[in-house]
Amino acid sequence: MNPSFPDPAGDTFTLAGRSFQSRLLVGTGKYQDLEQTRQAIEASGAEIVTIAVRRTNMGQTPGEPNILEVLPPDRYTILPNTAGCYDAKTAVRTCRLARELLDDHRLVKLEVLGDEKTLFPDVVATLEAAETLIAEGFQVMVYTNDDPILARRFEAMGCVAVMPLAAPIGSGLGIRNRLNIRTIVENAKVPILVDAGVGTASDAAIAMELGCDGVLMNTAIAAAQDPILMAHAMRLGIAAGRLAYRAGRMPAKRFASASSPLDGLFF
Amino acid sequence: MNLAGNLTMMTLLVNGDSREVPAGITLSDLVALLGLENRRLAAEINENLVPRSGYTTCRLEPGDRIEIIHAVGGG
Repeated sequence: MNPSFPDPAGDTFTLAGRSFQSRLLVGTGKYQDLEQTRQAIEASGAEIVTIAVRRTNMGQTPGEPNILEVLPPDRYTILPNTAGCYDAKTAVRTCRLARELLDDHRLVKLEVLGDEKTLFPDVVATLEAAETLIAEGFQVMVYTNDDPILARRFEAMGCVAVMPLAAPIGSGLGIRNRLNIRTIVENAKVPILVDAGVGTASDAAIAMELGCDGVLMNTAIAAAQDPILMAHAMRLGIAAGRLAYRAGRMPAKRFASASSPLDGLFF
Repeated sequence: MNLAGNLTMMTLLVNGDSREVPAGITLSDLVALLGLENRRLAAEINENLVPRSGYTTCRLEPGDRIEIIHAVGGG
């Protein structure tokens, strides 16, 4: 597949002062192994990939490859996340560790979770963490609810991207509240990325048709029966949705409108 | 210092596990002891980040809680 089609050159989006061609951002969890991870990320065309930071396994066999060897930071923009953090303090510690791990890397995905059942964000704790991180010079991409008021608040405090959920993390339910996502997009001057909850390529296309700057996903690709094929599908879904958004869709109407001329009928 | 039987030990909590190590070692010594040299890591002591440049001078105290982290796949 020609990777430049249908992603026309020049239709880039700018995040924290850097320009990106791909509007698909992907996570790197839940794959069978690092080789499958590598192939799926390659197929997705993603330039920004998320990682998590966890305790080093002391019993690990020396020489075991690390995710950063498969996805080298000189080729991909690595986006460390704060997944698994349930309070602001832990999220801030995680970001500081990630910054050191990646040699003064400042771009982070902030998520502070509220409970294990929904993995919905604890937005109060997220606000608190974002404030500290921004003051420390981090570039914060923030995972939040599909709430336009909160999205505006995160933008005003200096987050470099606001990432409302489509549906609960890993649920694959698709975009539950299109109107809110649309409103968030209309209000925003920073990139809006749908993060979490997409299940298949049409969900990604809808996010893009709503005017989102991109979509961040993990499980929808990793948990597909063929993750590599799904990564291709997602790349095309994102591209199709983006083109449709730029093209400007026809207004929806309740009743029919004939496509063939009525003039010149011979009966 | 390394003579058997003549070594004062101390207990650290490393990644949640209790570990006996020679008293007075540095963070750099600990990383070597764990066989983690030349790996891409970050570390904190008692919830405070230690920059890599400080590993050789950072002397560990009994009871210190050390976290040594690396990157893993995640979404």
